[in-house]
Amino acid sequence: METNLTQIHEVIEHHGTNREALVEILRDLSQQAGYLTPEALETVAAQLNLPAGEVHSVASFYSMINTRPCGEHVIRFCEDAPCHVAGGRAVWQALEQTLGIKFGETTPDNQWTLLPTSCLGLCAVGPVMMIDNDVYGNLTPEKIPEILARYTGGDA
Amino acid sequence: MVYRAHVLISGEPRCLAKGAQEVERALLTRLHELRIADEVQVVEVGSLGHGEQGPELVIYPEGTHYVNLTPEDAALIVEEHLLKGRPVEKLRYQEPPSEPLPPPSPKEIRVVLKNVGKIDPENIEDYIICDGYEALAQALTEMTPEEVIAELQVSGLRGRGGAGFPTWLKWSFARKADGDKKYLICNGDEGDPGAFMNRRVLEGDPHAVIEGMVIAAYAIGAQQGYFYVRAEYPIAIHTLRVAIQQARDYGLLGKDIFSSGFDFDLEIRMGAGAFVCGEETALMQSIEGERGMPRTRPPFPAVSGLWGCPTNINNVETYANVPQIIRKGGAWFASMGTEKSKGTKTFAIAGKVKRTGLIEVPLGITLREIVYDIGGGILNDKKFKAVQTGGPMGGCIPEQYLDLPVDYETLASVGSIMGSGGFVVMDEDTCMVDIARFFMEFTQDESCGKCTPCRVGTRRMLEILDNICEGKGQPGDIERLETLAGYVTAGSLCGLGQGAPNPVLSTIQHFRDEYEAHIYDKKCPAKVCKGLIEYIIDADACIGCTRCARNCPVNAITGKPKEVHVIDPEACIRCGICKQVCPVEAVHVE
Repeated sequence: METNLTQIHEVIEHHGTNREALVEILRDLSQQAGYLTPEALETVAAQLNLPAGEVHSVASFYSMINTRPCGEHVIRFCEDAPCHVAGGRAVWQALEQTLGIKFGETTPDNQWTLLPTSCLGLCAVGPVMMIDNDVYGNLTPEKIPEILARYTGGDA
Repeated sequence: MVYRAHVLISGEPRCLAKGAQEVERALLTRLHELRIADEVQVVEVGSLGHGEQGPELVIYPEGTHYVNLTPEDAALIVEEHLLKGRPVEKLRYQEPPSEPLPPPSPKEIRVVLKNVGKIDPENIEDYIICDGYEALAQALTEMTPEEVIAELQVSGLRGRGGAGFPTWLKWSFARKADGDKKYLICNGDEGDPGAFMNRRVLEGDPHAVIEGMVIAAYAIGAQQGYFYVRAEYPIAIHTLRVAIQQARDYGLLGKDIFSSGFDFDLEIRMGAGAFVCGEETALMQSIEGERGMPRTRPPFPAVSGLWGCPTNINNVETYANVPQIIRKGGAWFASMGTEKSKGTKTFAIAGKVKRTGLIEVPLGITLREIVYDIGGGILNDKKFKAVQTGGPMGGCIPEQYLDLPVDYETLASVGSIMGSGGFVVMDEDTCMVDIARFFMEFTQDESCGKCTPCRVGTRRMLEILDNICEGKGQPGDIERLETLAGYVTAGSLCGLGQGAPNPVLSTIQHFRDEYEAHIYDKKCPAKVCKGLIEYIIDADACIGCTRCARNCPVNAITGKPKEVHVIDPEACIRCGICKQVCPVEAVHVE
C-alpha cells in the first residue's frame, strides 16, 4: 500500500503544519501506509514548507518511519537479551520458516514484512513480537502459524 | 426449546454507533439461510466489556469473544463457528499479555508501585480514593513554589533516569531561569533492554506521574508540559491519553487548577523508534520535530531547552515519587535509603534468577539481597557470576561485590551505574566477552552518528570483540579496546557515547582472565562463543541411535546405526541440536 494524497492531507490536518509535528506526521503516515514513498515525503515537505532534504533526514533517522516498501502487515520481533534468553531464537527461526523470508525482508505477495525491534518492555512475557499495533507475548514456535493466520484469514 | 449455542451481541451506544444493528441483522439473515436459526439463540445485551472495539459479540458455550465486526464478518462467524464449529481466529478479541504484579517480598517497599495492579488505571476516581491529587491540592493552596522545592530538598530525591542528579536542584535552576515561557517534560522513552519499570507505572498508575508533573510545573512556573513516550508502548500511551483527558475533565489539568490561578496542560508526544531520544537534549530535538540528536551542554535545559526556553525534564519514576513526598513530607522519604541515595528504586530483574520481574526496594539494599532473597537465587542452583546494572551504558558487577549496597555512588565505584533500573543476573554459563559484545552491538546500532568517536569508535570496538569471540583475537586487543574506550568516552556529547564502552571496560576490569582465555588459549571458558567451541561425541557413551545425524541441519554427523557417530568439526555450525536430541548425553562441548 502506498500513501495517497487524501491520506497525507488528513494526517497533516490532524497534526497541523507546525515544524514540531513532522515526526508525528511521518510516523502516522508510515503506520497507515506501511512506508513513505519519495513522492509522499515531497508532498509533506511542500505542505510544511520545509526543504525535502530536511524531511528525508528526519524520516531516515527513526526506525519506526519506513522509507522502503514493506508488506501489508509488519512484524517487529524483539531481539534483545531477555527475549533471547527466553527462547527467542527458536521463535525467530519459526517466523523465518513460516514466512519463507529472512529478517528485513518482505514476502513476494507483499503480505508480510519481518523486522527486528529493540526492547518492547514486555520482558516478563518474552519472547515478544508486535504485529502492526498488536502485541503477542509468551511466544513459542508452535504458536506462530496460528497467530499469522489471524491476519490472513487462515491461509498464511 | 434447548438451544445449542447462544450469541450475546452488545447493544451499547458505542457499538450501535459503529453498526451493531447491521451486524445483528446480517447474523440473523445468515442463520435463517443456513436453517440453523432455531438452534441458536441471539440475545441483545448491554456492554460486553470492549465497546471501544465494537461491534462485539460473544458466543457460548465456548465463550468466544469477537470484536470489530462488520455484517460480512457476522455472516462468516455463522458459517464457520456456528455451522462448522470452527472459531474465526482473526476476529477474536486479543487479551493483552497480562503480567500481574506478585505480592511484595519482605525486603520490598512499594512507593512508586503502591497502586500498580490495585487500581483501575482508566478510572481517575480509583486514584483519588487512594489519596490521589491530595498532594497537588496541598501544594497549590498551602505552599509556595519555593516551599515545594524545599520539601524536595529535604527528601533527597535524585533523578531516577540514571544519572541521579538531585531533583530539587534541577527544579530550582529552572525556577530561577529567566523567561516568560517555561516547559516541563516527562521522559518516558524507556529503552534499555530488559527494563520496563516505567511502562508498568504508566500502565498501572498514570495519574501519579501526571500529579507529580503538575506539582513540578507549579514549582518551576511552567504552563505547558510534554509527555514523551516511546511508540513501542501502545498500551501505556492509551492509558495515559485516557488519564490526561480525565484529569482535564476534573479540572486537574487546564486553567485555574484548584482555583489557585495556576494553569498547566499536558500533551503526549510519541517517539518513533530511536533509543538515543532517551537522552534529554535528543528528546527535546525530537519533540521539536527534528532528528533526535543530542547537542552540547551547557546550556543546560533548565536555561535553554525546548525552543530555547527554560525546561525541566525528569523521568517517569522521578515524577511518580513527588506526590507522596509532598503528602507525607520530605523527611518520610529521606527515612528510607542511604545517606546520599534516599527513597526506593524500581528494578526489572531478568536473566538467570528463579523469580524475574518488577521489584521496588529501598536504596542501600545489598545486591545479594536482591539476587537471593527477592530473586530466589540462581536458576537451577547454578553458580552466580555477575549482575549487569544500568543497561547498555552500565557494567557487570562480579561476586566479590555482592554485599555492596545499591546506591548511586557505590555502583559507580565498581564500574557500573544505577541507570534506569535494569538488573540482569548472569550465571556460570554466561560468557562475559559475549555479553560485552552484545551490548556493544546495541550501542553501535543506536549511535545517532553525530560524534565521530561514538559513531566510528563503537564500530571498531565491536569489530575487535567480534574477532575475539570468533577465535581471531590478537595479542594487544584488550589494550586496544581500553584505548578506544577512552577516546569514545572523552569525545562523545551525550550519555550514550560516554557510557557505551562501560560494559566492555567493566568486564575487562573484573573478568580479564576470560578475555585472555579467548585471545591466547582460544578457549571460551563458559562454552558460549561458537568460534571457540567444538561439539564432540563421547565414543564410550554413544549408542548409535542415529538421532543426532538425522537432526543435524548440515549433515555434519556420520555413523551407521548401532555404531559410534562422529561430528566433522569443519562442517559443524555449532547449533547444538545434536546435544539437545541425544538421549544418553553423549555429546559434549569442548
